[in-house]
Amino acid sequence: MITRRDFLKISAFASLIGLGGSLSIEALEKKQGPQVLKDLKALKGKRWAMAIDTRKFKTQEDFDKVIKACHKAHNVPEIMNPLHEVKWIWTEDYEHSFPGTAEHYISKEVKERKFLLLCNHCDNAPCIRVCPVKATFKREDGITMQDMHRCIGCKFCMAGCPYGARNYNFLPPRDYIKELNPEYPTRMLGVVEKCTFCNERIDRGLLPYCVEASEGKIIFGDLYEPNSEIRKVLAENIIIRRKVELGTQPMVFYII
Amino acid sequence: MLDLALKGRPRYWIWLSFLITMIIIGFICWMREHHVGAALTTGLSRDVSWGFHVGQLTFFVGVAASAVLVVLPYYFHNYKIFGRIAVIGEFLAVGCVLIAMLSVFVIMGQPSRVWNVILHPTPHSIIFWDMVVLITYLSLNLLCGWTILHAEKKSAPPPKWIKPFIYWAILWAPSIHTVTAFLYAGLPGRPHWMTALQAAHFLATAFAAGPSLLIILSMIIRKVSKFDPGQQAINKLAEIATYALIIHLFFIGLEFFTAFYSQIPDHMAALKYLYVGYEGHTGMVSWMAISTLLAFTGLLIFIFPPLRKWNVTKLIGALCIFFSIWMDKGFAFVVSGFIPNPFDKVTEAWIALNEFLVAAGVWSVGALVITVLYKIAITVKEKAVFDKYGHKQIVD
Repeated sequence: MITRRDFLKISAFASLIGLGGSLSIEALEKKQGPQVLKDLKALKGKRWAMAIDTRKFKTQEDFDKVIKACHKAHNVPEIMNPLHEVKWIWTEDYEHSFPGTAEHYISKEVKERKFLLLCNHCDNAPCIRVCPVKATFKREDGITMQDMHRCIGCKFCMAGCPYGARNYNFLPPRDYIKELNPEYPTRMLGVVEKCTFCNERIDRGLLPYCVEASEGKIIFGDLYEPNSEIRKVLAENIIIRRKVELGTQPMVFYII
Repeated sequence: MLDLALKGRPRYWIWLSFLITMIIIGFICWMREHHVGAALTTGLSRDVSWGFHVGQLTFFVGVAASAVLVVLPYYFHNYKIFGRIAVIGEFLAVGCVLIAMLSVFVIMGQPSRVWNVILHPTPHSIIFWDMVVLITYLSLNLLCGWTILHAEKKSAPPPKWIKPFIYWAILWAPSIHTVTAFLYAGLPGRPHWMTALQAAHFLATAFAAGPSLLIILSMIIRKVSKFDPGQQAINKLAEIATYALIIHLFFIGLEFFTAFYSQIPDHMAALKYLYVGYEGHTGMVSWMAISTLLAFTGLLIFIFPPLRKWNVTKLIGALCIFFSIWMDKGFAFVVSGFIPNPFDKVTEAWIALNEFLVAAGVWSVGALVITVLYKIAITVKEKAVFDKYGHKQIVD
């Protein structure tokens, strides 16, 4: 004989199981990846990488052109306070770009050079590993993507990134955009953003803004393509990368 | 049983009103952060992206885990002395897990999107696991504490089905703190946090701070009610805290040896910053000096049996240990992991008033839950008069 109390208990459990079951079936049925037609002109690559020829950047104007091209197109807010600034690509001196590996007795000229820093699109990215919502994820072509509209703002990726490439919106970003580019989304308070290797341009067959604005000083290409230009410049020059000892496999190379 | 929390003396209601006021203030401050941005309302920056709240998560997960120190001896080894205090430990764990979970919640820049953690479960992220283990531990402690107390109220032995849940909770306690340690210990660019000792060290600090808080709370309970958690139990907790504190200090020594004998700059930097200052930045030195002083004062009191057993010095010792570890784990440990930054530069961080008030609101939520649960437990125990071993558990 089942009592009323037992009956209620059993039916509560049964409905819970039913609910859980339907949810998991739904999750399994969901198709993976975006269901969008690809642009026929899209650049095709297995592992996008960048080589920055630091010898060719001579004047402040050379850097400004590159940085402005990126920041303007991506609606990056201009916040002056270094504590809360947002930057996708910026400059740093030799010593602070390569802490731990910077050579004290290297030529004065190199020591005084400035280096362009940006997200390294690490092949083995710690930020992807730590993100609890897959707001940062790897594309098939190697780009470490950032979905600013899924990000919950936990800032775990900022602790995870060994390169200081990630920015949290400490201030309402839309208040700090001088000239709005309506073609690129703006962000909101409390999310993390960073360089995405201009995925929106690659998918339309264009090179990243910084590469275009550098006029040949930055080489961009497929690292897994033996005959690509980037493989050629990497083979022919002295190159360094930031913090390779961490095993993150950064995809941004510096020609010294 | 919940009705027992609805009857109380005026001071009970004054205390609850105070906590609710603090919760409202905290809530307003939290709303303010999401209105004007974290730049003006927290001490955080691009370089130090985690601070006080993540520290509170770390510290209170530890206190919650330490409930195992009364639960394990009592249920697993039938250690009678902890018979009365076990439920006090379990309910403390409930409140502390709540504080820990809310402390993570308040760091979210987009709290409305927090369901994404469940909507897009990501097993390679430690935060995902932290959520899983904390929710489980909260439920287990509430279930075990409540069921056993309910049995006591009805003067009946606890139901048999609760046993597996108790054993599950015992296994779960060290797990929750291990997962918390894994938040830090697996990040390639943060050498100060990246030590295999992290989880063990966290457990050591937890097992010193947790019993210390339990000692303080037991003394308060004895003062404000007739229920006596037991002098022997309190003494035993002090002994446990002493051993854990010694292990904690030993582990600090191990960290120093590894960093300074190897002479690897990245590993020395944060320790230098904490204790003597790094490249002219001394923001945390006095904070850590106080923490260290408190630790050694606590040790000095607890290591001599007469001082440890005398309730006045015991209380002072427990307060010293609790606050020493709170200062270290609840803030200094988190901030120092970000120093120096990835460019070998130093950005210091502090606690903003708004941030502190949000944390105070979070503590108050925990304190409110603990107060209500304790009120119920105390009322049940006062009515039962004798514990299950036939000893009188109330003082007249």
